Amino acid sequence: MNMRSTIAMAMMAACAAGCGDKPQTASAAKKADGKAWDMAQSNHVAEGWKAGDQASWEAQMRLRAQGQNEYSRSAAAVAVAPTKTP
Amino acid sequence: MARMKFLCDAERCIECNGCVTACKAEHDVPWGVNRRRVVTLNDGVPGEKSISVACMHCSDAPCMAVCPVDCFYRTDEGVVLHDKDICIGCGYCSYACPFGAPQFPTNGTFGLRGKMDKCTFCAGGPEVNGSDAEYEKYGRNRLAEGKLPACAEMCSTKALLGGDGDVVSDIFRNRVLLRGKGSEVWGWGTAYGKPSQGTKS
Repeated sequence: MNMRSTIAMAMMAACAAGCGDKPQTASAAKKADGKAWDMAQSNHVAEGWKAGDQASWEAQMRLRAQGQNEYSRSAAAVAVAPTKTP
Repeated sequence: MARMKFLCDAERCIECNGCVTACKAEHDVPWGVNRRRVVTLNDGVPGEKSISVACMHCSDAPCMAVCPVDCFYRTDEGVVLHDKDICIGCGYCSYACPFGAPQFPTNGTFGLRGKMDKCTFCAGGPEVNGSDAEYEKYGRNRLAEGKLPACAEMCSTKALLGGDGDVVSDIFRNRVLLRGKGSEVWGWGTAYGKPSQGTKS
């Protein structure tokens, strides 16, 4: 392989390296974010709430948070828990 | 609804790093970036305490205050998010944040510092909720799926709580009242004995 073909191949490789770039667009303006209660386009949405209904979503969040409260999940724990909380 | 908040119970955290792993897996967080990490005080000393730390979604966020291109915004639920299309990766936010939440991927041929990445409270970013573009830049949007952050929901000891600030603080308050004592009831003391026993032996 002579010097000329080596240089030509190196140049072709350099040019081809740019082909993997994805098109990018720059926008200086800040985009408005969608509301969480509008529901994501996903196959993994939890059941029990309605899209677009803020009250329903908030109720879902409160219910979901109780999944972190073992005192509300365990019957034994509830039995020993005091009835009056501050 | 109150603001979305994280709350970590140092009496329960066992430094398993499950929250860190869950976050990385849920959002495909790149190498070198940890949106969440577990910090241990007095590591190796009997009575050590661990706490899981990420973006605290501050009410008066210093990162928002110092950002020169104003890429941050706050959602109606009080989650502090940013727009990666506006971020210039300058790093001011990382100097301003008292928790070290802003992270910068350093990949590329010359180890260039990329755009800032941080915990999103699993709320994605300004792209369309649940879209591929949002996932690629910010990860999953669990809030828009009716779920809470993965780190808190999968915490094995429920040390890390996440959600409506009023609700998680009620859970924590009730827990503290019921256990009535410190680590001798739940946590280090149960697993390894009282700190005083450790120092004697």
